[in-house]
Amino acid sequence: MAVRNPTARVVSHGLLHLILMTGSILMLIPLVWTVSTSLKTPQQVAVWPPEWIPNPVMWSNYIDIFRVAPVMLWLRNSLVLVAAEVLGSVITCSFVAYGFARVRFPGRDAIFLLLLSTLMMPYVVRLIPLYVIYNQIGWINTFLPVTVPQLLGRNPFFIFLLRQFFMGIPEELSDAARIDGCSEFGIWWRIVMPLSKPALAAVAIFAFRDSWDNFLAPLVYMAGRPDLRPLAVGLYTLRGGAGQLPDTHYLMALSTLMILPMLIIFALGQRYFIQGVTLSGLKG
Amino acid sequence: MTGQSTKLERVVTTRSTRRLKAPRWLIGYVFIAPWLVAFVAFEAYPILSGFYHSFTDWTATGRAERFVGFDNYIEAFTRDPLFWKAVSNTIYYIGVSVPLGIVVAFALALMLNSGIHGTTLYRTIYYLPSVVPAVAAVIVWIFIFETRRGILNWGLELLGLPAIRWLSDPAWAMPALIIMSLWSIGASVIIFLAGLQGIPQELYEAAEVDGANSWHNLWRITVPLMTPTIFFNLIMSLVAAFQAFNNAFIMTNGGPNNATLLYMLHLYNHAFRYFRMGYASALAVVLFLVVFGLTYFVYRSSRRWVYYS
Repeated sequence: MAVRNPTARVVSHGLLHLILMTGSILMLIPLVWTVSTSLKTPQQVAVWPPEWIPNPVMWSNYIDIFRVAPVMLWLRNSLVLVAAEVLGSVITCSFVAYGFARVRFPGRDAIFLLLLSTLMMPYVVRLIPLYVIYNQIGWINTFLPVTVPQLLGRNPFFIFLLRQFFMGIPEELSDAARIDGCSEFGIWWRIVMPLSKPALAAVAIFAFRDSWDNFLAPLVYMAGRPDLRPLAVGLYTLRGGAGQLPDTHYLMALSTLMILPMLIIFALGQRYFIQGVTLSGLKG
Repeated sequence: MTGQSTKLERVVTTRSTRRLKAPRWLIGYVFIAPWLVAFVAFEAYPILSGFYHSFTDWTATGRAERFVGFDNYIEAFTRDPLFWKAVSNTIYYIGVSVPLGIVVAFALALMLNSGIHGTTLYRTIYYLPSVVPAVAAVIVWIFIFETRRGILNWGLELLGLPAIRWLSDPAWAMPALIIMSLWSIGASVIIFLAGLQGIPQELYEAAEVDGANSWHNLWRITVPLMTPTIFFNLIMSLVAAFQAFNNAFIMTNGGPNNATLLYMLHLYNHAFRYFRMGYASALAVVLFLVVFGLTYFVYRSSRRWVYYS
């Protein structure tokens, strides 16, 4: 879409910047507003028209929140979910993906199609029967429903993503290793895994986000054990009925605490994030 | 594209198979075994047992379940007053948020790909909201939508517009959910942008020689070449829209006056609030069949409009 005339080019680019900047501001306002509110007194939260700069700056909100709610306990529980999902995604999903990408066996393509089709199914479809199964085997009100499936590499999206990446690694490398007597498992662990660090990093980041965010499963399967709640469920229980927010400054402080690790990871691993997103799209 | 690579793979693998002792198919199954176990235990078996429960009046209260035939399905389609409300709400939500998200993301990607400065910075900003955890995002948006303290109404006031009771007015609650869904279109923007960057520049140069303007370029070159990416984003957006349980559940819990009662929420209510597990299982089966049918339809139709070079 090249514009020949230099003046027209300046005008059109200026217009584009105007639109994109307005969009950027709209995208950032909710985040800025959250942080700003988290540092306000309850009185200032209620002021109209809204004030953007907290005055006084209530850093103590971030200390009080640990007193108001068992945040440390929720955080510990969240870390259990995160550990299971990240480990399961990086190790198990990659193991499975290697099978789909590099080993030829009868039924492979049909099974892979099956795997992709599970990507489409909303989780609520399985919510009730899974509840029944977990109830029968005594998993209700334990961490098992939110860790065992993850450790088994349940997430079809991660398998799909890693398979796409593995298929791009030159087959000659595996062949050379095979000649040297390396087994398929050795090739996966010693050759494909080290070469796939960017894709693994992307998957680890997505896995962190998904488990940090996991809400419905812990809500339903661990409903009877408030002490096992992860942060997402804890934050939900802190707020009143639908559409209400008592103690907004605390809620925004806890929201900020929940958003912060994601922002840090995003800042550090932006390259892998973007790579992961594009990898999923381009070769689809 | 994949057809070629698998053919190549076959040549390479058959050559190496002869040297291996363990049968190669067995090795393949060993690799995919963890997922297969998870699939059978946590996907296939639950869905099949859900089918079974949908024909019973099971309540999860310890009472023995009875076989009731198609009663649950008949109730859903003819007697449940909220069933059709939930269906039409879901069609409203998906029918607006998915196409709107795709169009906005595509437009943003086009602008970012026009050779202006700061593309990387813009891309980062537009993706940023997508990393915000869903529950935190909903809490933040409840606050933004508040009638008296919310900054959205403050913005309307600055523009001289009247305040809107976003989450308590049945007419505005669904638009509120859709606005919130637009906040996280960053992943679609990035995928579109990567697709656009993959279009060979020579095509535009050739078109320019032929006297095509940017409008022609957009519809004759960019959009046709982007159809595989559009198709991918369409599928991913549909998946996300069908998972949109959290937002409606936390923000409005189906209210006001059932205006945001999405189908997924209706199902959840019957299962875990009224403990009518048999009936909720029937609702789940209907959802399963609809998603399955929709996926199949989109996939089949894609042969007609998706262009693979």
